[in-house]
Amino acid sequence: MSRKVIVLGEVRNGELRNISFEGIAAAKTVAEGGEVTAVLMGESVRGLAPQMIHYGADRAVIVEDPKLAAYTPDGFSQALLAVIDQVKPEAIIFGHTALGKDLSPKMASKLGAGLISDAVAIEAEGDNIIFTRPIYSGKAFEKKIITDGVLMASIRPNNIPPLEKDVSREGGIFAVSADINDLRTVVREVAEKAVQDVDLSEAKVIVSGGRGVKSAEGFKPLMELADVLGGAVGASRGACDAEYCDYSLQIGQTGKVVTPDLYIACGISGAIQHLAGMSNSKVVVAINKDPEANIFKVADYGIVGDLFEVVPMLVRELKALLIKA
Amino acid sequence: MNIYVLLKRTFDTEEKIVISGGEINSDGAEFIINPYDEYGVEEAIQIRDSQGGEVTVVSVGSGDAEKQLRTALAMGADKAVLINIEDDLEIGDEFTTAKILAEFLEDKEADLIFAGNVAIDGGSGQVGPRVADLLGIPYVTTITKIEIEGRDVNMIRDVEGSSETIEASLPLLVTAQQGLNEPRYPSLPGIMKAKKKPLEELEIDDLDLDEDDAAAKTKTIDIYLPRNKEGGRILEGEPQDQVKELINLLHSEAKVI
Repeated sequence: MSRKVIVLGEVRNGELRNISFEGIAAAKTVAEGGEVTAVLMGESVRGLAPQMIHYGADRAVIVEDPKLAAYTPDGFSQALLAVIDQVKPEAIIFGHTALGKDLSPKMASKLGAGLISDAVAIEAEGDNIIFTRPIYSGKAFEKKIITDGVLMASIRPNNIPPLEKDVSREGGIFAVSADINDLRTVVREVAEKAVQDVDLSEAKVIVSGGRGVKSAEGFKPLMELADVLGGAVGASRGACDAEYCDYSLQIGQTGKVVTPDLYIACGISGAIQHLAGMSNSKVVVAINKDPEANIFKVADYGIVGDLFEVVPMLVRELKALLIKA
Repeated sequence: MNIYVLLKRTFDTEEKIVISGGEINSDGAEFIINPYDEYGVEEAIQIRDSQGGEVTVVSVGSGDAEKQLRTALAMGADKAVLINIEDDLEIGDEFTTAKILAEFLEDKEADLIFAGNVAIDGGSGQVGPRVADLLGIPYVTTITKIEIEGRDVNMIRDVEGSSETIEASLPLLVTAQQGLNEPRYPSLPGIMKAKKKPLEELEIDDLDLDEDDAAAKTKTIDIYLPRNKEGGRILEGEPQDQVKELINLLHSEAKVI
């Protein structure tokens, strides 16, 4: 059963986020041969539209307006409704990102539709599209279908691989104009408090520290390791509660749930709440002094030892290898 | 100020998940106020204490949620409302819960509504924004700070590691993010007082809502546990050798670096 699908691309610092391309791959599965329209909204996004086509969208629709320079639920929902009105999609795909989490429930409400949030896999089976999503922060999974109305879903970053980029792909780029007014929330200022360039939810590698890191200073070797691996630094609740780092780095049942390719847990005992947030990572490495620590039960590879000895050693070895390569 | 807090009863974060008969088994499990909703309760109480007004906590669910509502009353909320859907709706989803809450809230003239940014069980984070949309009021999600002056509201919002300063006006719905505050424990006098505070129990019939209009738009067809990880491999030898072996394994066996 083919469906007309729209997928919302996301722009950060003038570039398309990877989730945009993952969204196209998801939309293709849902479309079952139907037309996939990529949507980009912002002050100036036309230049980015061809990339959406290179990654598999059949065409792109852009909505450009100075009022869309910063994301607001009112502005973006008005713009997206204008697109929906023209395209009349049967399914809509969002990223389960800060933007997608904020916007998708509003859109679902506007359309009186069901929404499946935080999908990690999508398959077409008979007349149904089956979405898999974690519940209880990854302690269990559910398979879900939409039974009525427009199919809406938000997909978790890093789980649905994008299609191969093909720069020879062509498709139309259309502008839709929207009447955007009466924005009831205003963004006054954006402060980049993140000390790192790589966002936790999108990071392929996460180096995470717990109480065993002992101080804010103690996170430095972890940051170096994350740097060498092009990853991000995370933390357990214990480390955040002890004020070694900001709560925005917390991974666990409260905090962020992450699924990187590689998760390196340093000085983390492995409380069940923390495991819920990271145990679905593809490969887990645990470094801990205590051989009985719970974290070793979910680790693929474990080193029983002092993280302050092991982590700097890892950094040196990796750097040496990088130089050789 | 007329403040409402949307509150969900959830499994304690300590609980392991057991599935029997295709459903999550809750026998013997401990339940708590969803931690993100608890931040909402705390913030609502603080705002009321500094600005006056009333805090009402509302939960949609089964009769068991009374315990969590009493806890919120013991923390300092003034009134509680339990919308008991046990007998009327077989299975709801976020659409259902939002419809019921919006129907209940429609004539309450709430100035400020708190919700958690996500519940730690279902984890979809839809209900807050959906309720705001149905009520026709603006919302701001994942806030870590809120200041109210007259009808003006200034907030800080956590956005994937950066923070946005947002301005809006009442009426408004906000969803709480970790870092907003440190929720208090109920005091003994608080617990005693809570027993006498009003807790109203409603059913769908008490709302101006047809069950069919709140019927779920989604359906769960399977629930399962993640596959158990085999016990990992503990590396041996001198630290230097372990580190070398680890890098080797990550590169050639796991192929992640």
